[in-house]
Amino acid sequence: MADLTPAEWTAIWLSLRIATTATIASLPFGIVVAYALARWRFPGKMLLNGAVHLPLVMPPVVTGFILLSLLGRRGVFGGYLADIGIVLSFRWTGAAVACGVMGFPLMVRAMRLSFESIDQHLEKAAGTLGANPLWTFFLVSLPLAIPGIVVGAILSFGKALGEFGATITFVSNIPGETQTIASAIYSYTQVPGGDASAMRLTAVSVTISLVALLASEMVQQWAEKRFMSTG
Amino acid sequence: MIELDVSLKAGTFKLDVAFQSGDGITALFGPSGSGKSLTLNLIAGLMRPDRGTIKLDERILVDMEHRVFVAPHRRRIGIVFQDSYLLPHLTVRQNLRFGRWFAPPNERTIDFDAVVGTLGIERLLPRYPAKLSGGERQRVAIGRALLCCPKLLLFDEPFAALDMERKLEILPLIELLRDEFAVPIVYVSHAVEEVARLANWIVVLEGGQVKASGSPGEVLGLIGGETMNARFDRVSVLTMKVGEANRKYDLTSLTHPSGTIWLAGQKWPAGKQVRVIIKATDVVLSILPPQELSVRSSLSGQIGSIEKEGPLALVEIDLDGGGRLSASITRYALDELHLDRGARIIALVKTCALDERYAAVTPDPHGSH
Repeated sequence: MADLTPAEWTAIWLSLRIATTATIASLPFGIVVAYALARWRFPGKMLLNGAVHLPLVMPPVVTGFILLSLLGRRGVFGGYLADIGIVLSFRWTGAAVACGVMGFPLMVRAMRLSFESIDQHLEKAAGTLGANPLWTFFLVSLPLAIPGIVVGAILSFGKALGEFGATITFVSNIPGETQTIASAIYSYTQVPGGDASAMRLTAVSVTISLVALLASEMVQQWAEKRFMSTG
Repeated sequence: MIELDVSLKAGTFKLDVAFQSGDGITALFGPSGSGKSLTLNLIAGLMRPDRGTIKLDERILVDMEHRVFVAPHRRRIGIVFQDSYLLPHLTVRQNLRFGRWFAPPNERTIDFDAVVGTLGIERLLPRYPAKLSGGERQRVAIGRALLCCPKLLLFDEPFAALDMERKLEILPLIELLRDEFAVPIVYVSHAVEEVARLANWIVVLEGGQVKASGSPGEVLGLIGGETMNARFDRVSVLTMKVGEANRKYDLTSLTHPSGTIWLAGQKWPAGKQVRVIIKATDVVLSILPPQELSVRSSLSGQIGSIEKEGPLALVEIDLDGGGRLSASITRYALDELHLDRGARIIALVKTCALDERYAAVTPDPHGSH
């Protein structure tokens, strides 16, 4: 395989930075929402569940456009955010927001399943041992859900790497600022002689995705070995 | 001491119970579906009653009328379930320390090493629960509940999932814990042998109501016997004194003012009080002292009452020197021997029919009620 050009390296590093930021930033929200959906009963639970899953079923362009209308410079909250120094549109941080939103349903889904699979008796038992609900969450529910949390994070990371529609709609395709692997490949296919670059980036993309999937598989196997066959 | 008076409607089942428990082991006894586990869950705070109050050592845990409901983690009540529910991501040592960490430091009166030693789980400490057998898990679960230094310990049929051998290994441990660490225990079971052996006070539940309560000797004689099939559940519990052993034949004599019973084995020290369970179907009645019979154990007394049911009769005998013994015989035998209330009678018991594994030294034959 031929060496990657500096422009291609830029797109790869940017993609990794955006995907990592998006995953880490959405992790706490993902855990809270997943736990709430798995364990709590509250009014509007169906609505929350629907809102979380919307980006999965809507065309990505629609999600991107909604983000633009909400967080863009002239958006509903964008102006206010700009006043306090946070500008998202046409910045890599905006790309991270778009990727985080698009990966959120996948993240929450994996985590929610993991929380739901915990025997509630374990949490009750922890209660009778003197642990209040918060301690029970941190000492029992969270550690037992770790496999699902890791899998959810990896899925979200993978989704963020591949995100195209919402990102390009919200933050455009600026080399060095918002041009990820996906949008770079798109650009290269639009110019004569760009096929070689597109091919190289495709290979990189396939490699990263494969590694992420393998990692998720390994975490699941480790969790099964460690926690299963308990009573 | 736990004091409760609660009612709860769960589907079509209605629970309405009121009782108190004291020191030692109080057994909640009754058939499946009688509301035993439900009652235990109410005490632990895992369920809310519709109405009523629960007090532990004068501290109000539940008072529905005044909207008082103390959360489970603030009750300081330990519970051992039928399944151990050990935390699978923690080692045995971490599981044991889990509850201890939440107990107020000045109330951590129960020593870690003492509990681990008594339960015989030292070598399990570094292991994960997934690597333990069922009996080992239950031991750890008992230790974990005890190490919270609770004011009350609840057992919800802790041995229902274990085989007989494991159960007989752990039963003596519960007696040891009772005597060594002095935590009051409420024990739920539908096994009459377990209850007769462990409890010094029994509350009998049936259909969500308290049917009877009292010492094992008083209460267990009242269970069963009303229908023909129930004769198999009818037992008598006698507290007897350990006499001399017969070394040649490996037997132990148990003495009572009304006679002597022989028990297989010699594991009880002379002079101690032992509680034995005698099934009504294992008792033979005789008017004359036994002669040329293989039976070696006999107790004398007077017929207190006779209940007839189909072809059978249940005879209650007031033993000389106190205690009651139930015998299930046919009405044919009853009529041929002309047995009637007040008649002198000798009850014979086969040593082989007595289960010496459930005979236990009682700490306090009269309970503390």
